[in-house]
Amino acid sequence: MADKAPQIAIRRSMLGRARGLGAAKSGTAHWWALKTTSFALIPLTLWFLASVIGLIGAPRAAVAAWAGGAITATLLLATIAALFHHMYLGVQTVIEDYIHHERSRMAWLLVAQGVAWLLALASAISVLKLAFTG
Amino acid sequence: MTDVRDALMVGRTSDGKLVRRPLSPHLQVYKPQITSTLSILHRVTGIALSVGTLVLVWWLVAAATSDAAFVRANGFIGSWFGMLLLFGWTVALWFHFCAGIRHLAWDMGYGFELATAHATGKLVLAATAVLSVLTWVVIFAVR
Repeated sequence: MADKAPQIAIRRSMLGRARGLGAAKSGTAHWWALKTTSFALIPLTLWFLASVIGLIGAPRAAVAAWAGGAITATLLLATIAALFHHMYLGVQTVIEDYIHHERSRMAWLLVAQGVAWLLALASAISVLKLAFTG
Repeated sequence: MTDVRDALMVGRTSDGKLVRRPLSPHLQVYKPQITSTLSILHRVTGIALSVGTLVLVWWLVAAATSDAAFVRANGFIGSWFGMLLLFGWTVALWFHFCAGIRHLAWDMGYGFELATAHATGKLVLAATAVLSVLTWVVIFAVR
């Protein structure tokens, strides 16, 4: 931590920099999305866990028939959307808190966002495939 | 330094020298408390569950692919290593679930008193243990 003695090159306060620019207008959006998705995931997780336990040892046809039903597929897609959105918001917070180097932070955020999207799309397409083709 | 935010990290000693202020909190200095420990665990379980979604997605994709792919996914999940991961994730899931509800209660303004926060923290741990054991009792009963 105690590298070389710090120097102050800029003489502008945060208030001075922000004044006149107005509010960012998105201050609570991240927090709110984390909360709405967690609220939705309470019943969805319980439903998913109960369903999957009921499917233990079942052959693929039974799982496919379950996942492909209209109501199940709807709930599965809702679970996938809420889960991966919630997951990305959480991982994003952890990355922003612990990775201080600007470029690596940006790189990790892009990787996390890409992985979250790919996992969400792969599971959503699997559900849709089961719903439409069985 | 080029960022104004860095200026807040700089202080002056009594002989006028500029020094970088120490960062807080110091995890290695603070005594572990139930509040901070559960907060850290909430993050750790969140990350563990994120990794766990890989197996979940594998299982779903396999179900939509072929019988052989599904047998392979089920084979991994049913192996001792798969079951060990699954057990860990059940515990992580129930912890994150209960601690998340505690967070939602805080968001609505409830439970901030220190005694209440300690009590709900212990409740989260107890509920995690009970629900995890219950889940696996049901799993072995169904199997």
